[in-house]
Amino acid sequence: MTTTMQRRPAAVQPAPARPAARRRRWLPWLYLAPALGLLITFTYVPVGNMVFYSFHSWDGLDVTMDPVGLDNYVRVFTDERYWRVFLISLYYFVASFAQIAIALYFAVILSFNTRFRNLFKGILFFPYLLNGVAVGFVFLYLFQPDGTLDTVLRWIGLGDQTRYWLGDPDIANISLAGTSVWRFTGLSFVLFLGAIQSIPGEIYEAAEIDGASRWDQVWHIIVPGIRRIISLSFILAISGSLSVFEIPFIMTGGANGTRTFVVQAYETAFQFRQIGLASAMAVVLLLIVLLVTWIQRRLVPDEEVSLS
Amino acid sequence: MKSAAKYASLIVASIVVLLPLTVVFFAAFKTRSEYSTTGPLTPPRNWFNFDNFVTAFTEGRMLLGFWNTTVILAISLTGTILVGTLAAYAVSRFDFPFKRLVLGLFLVAALVPGVTTQVATYQIVKSMGLVNTPGSAIVLFLGTDIISIYIFIQFMQSIPPSLDQAAMIDGATRFTVYRRIILPLMKPAIATVAIIKGIAIYNEFYIPFLYLRSPDLSVISTALFRFKGPYGAQWETIAACTMIVILPTVVIFLLLQRFIYNGITAGATK
Repeated sequence: MTTTMQRRPAAVQPAPARPAARRRRWLPWLYLAPALGLLITFTYVPVGNMVFYSFHSWDGLDVTMDPVGLDNYVRVFTDERYWRVFLISLYYFVASFAQIAIALYFAVILSFNTRFRNLFKGILFFPYLLNGVAVGFVFLYLFQPDGTLDTVLRWIGLGDQTRYWLGDPDIANISLAGTSVWRFTGLSFVLFLGAIQSIPGEIYEAAEIDGASRWDQVWHIIVPGIRRIISLSFILAISGSLSVFEIPFIMTGGANGTRTFVVQAYETAFQFRQIGLASAMAVVLLLIVLLVTWIQRRLVPDEEVSLS
Repeated sequence: MKSAAKYASLIVASIVVLLPLTVVFFAAFKTRSEYSTTGPLTPPRNWFNFDNFVTAFTEGRMLLGFWNTTVILAISLTGTILVGTLAAYAVSRFDFPFKRLVLGLFLVAALVPGVTTQVATYQIVKSMGLVNTPGSAIVLFLGTDIISIYIFIQFMQSIPPSLDQAAMIDGATRFTVYRRIILPLMKPAIATVAIIKGIAIYNEFYIPFLYLRSPDLSVISTALFRFKGPYGAQWETIAACTMIVILPTVVIFLLLQRFIYNGITAGATK
């Protein structure tokens, strides 16, 4: 790679310098090769294979795969076990609205003068950094019968509200979605906080001189000012709620009606060795995520193109 | 009045965050009989009862878990930084055909959630013979990282190209420019990537769970998860193990707070 790099544009390169020019054309690819190779091997080839597998019946070991046409897809959409997992995503999706609202509220109040601001910031953000398995255990402990939650409820006089937080199918998904809110609010909060800080301070001062209340400032300055990050949060919320895995897998193992899309796909592929069927599920999930992202890009176009 | 409501909400939120962690912390110091007779909110009688931690360390082979995590973390981070900065260098300093296509490939890949493709990725990793070797986790952590390439590209665009042009006039090769000028100037971006990627790898569960099945290859997450079966009812041991896993995160967070906030903001918005 020790080419002599003349800083002359290729067009005016004289004829004898041909080999150097050819090497120069290769040079950027040499730098890109590792990244591009990994990207293709571990993202694009799997996506391609996945689509191929989804039209076959395969156990992942056999040398031959039986083509089955659309059978796998038909099963994903007609067998309750498979389409039910979409409904479970709705719990997490609805919960993410709570997450965004809570995060936005605290980001706004901690953007202005507040005592112990950094302490509160740290506390609110911290759960996001925790190991998912640890979070799963912490909440498994919290939700136990006669565990922390029940004790606290009794203590504040709501003792009759105790129930089997993870054992009762009517409530288990709400408990798990609540755990997910606990875990990820800190991320939304920090993203909002960063965005709010990038709004120039003079705007608030001008608004205050014009007699705008704090509430007016929130609605007319902050929310429009961080529109992009709010819409990004919704994208993350949708693709996040479709790909929930750790919390239900660790806490209930998918029991009591808490099986999410990825838990079901994992079991189908790696326990029941139905690679074709699991691939069809994954293709459906991928299409949903891409569709949602596309719709979002349409609704809130990126005004600043920051790449290239 | 209004400010009272504000502080009240902050205090309630802090309790909601800290209480679930505090009770596990309490449980980690309780003896077996103490655990079964006291409520979760009761602090342990003896704060120096480290028996559960000892059990967690020996039975759960936590040291092995930490060691495996460290090895995978170090190699993956170094690799990510090299692969990412080289690619960013190519994209921001060269003009070449299909550049927009390459950028598009990276962009679209960022939209594909890693968990969805694992069924097919597993077959590829298996065909490479990497299943049940640390190599599987390492190549996957390297290969699934689009965000850090973005951070590097963004940052590199703020380094004036006149700097490398001046060096090249003085006879430096492209590679010398990368190594002597670009890499040192990229330090803030490298720190950002190291922090957010480091946290992500330390906390990752799905990939090690799927690819590092052998108990000798346990990382922190899978070592902790193994307690679920045989120790299902021994909450005091599980609690100690959970605290062992959380502790390094607390320390890192207290030391690097500012960088972590900035890193997450830089990493997530693009």
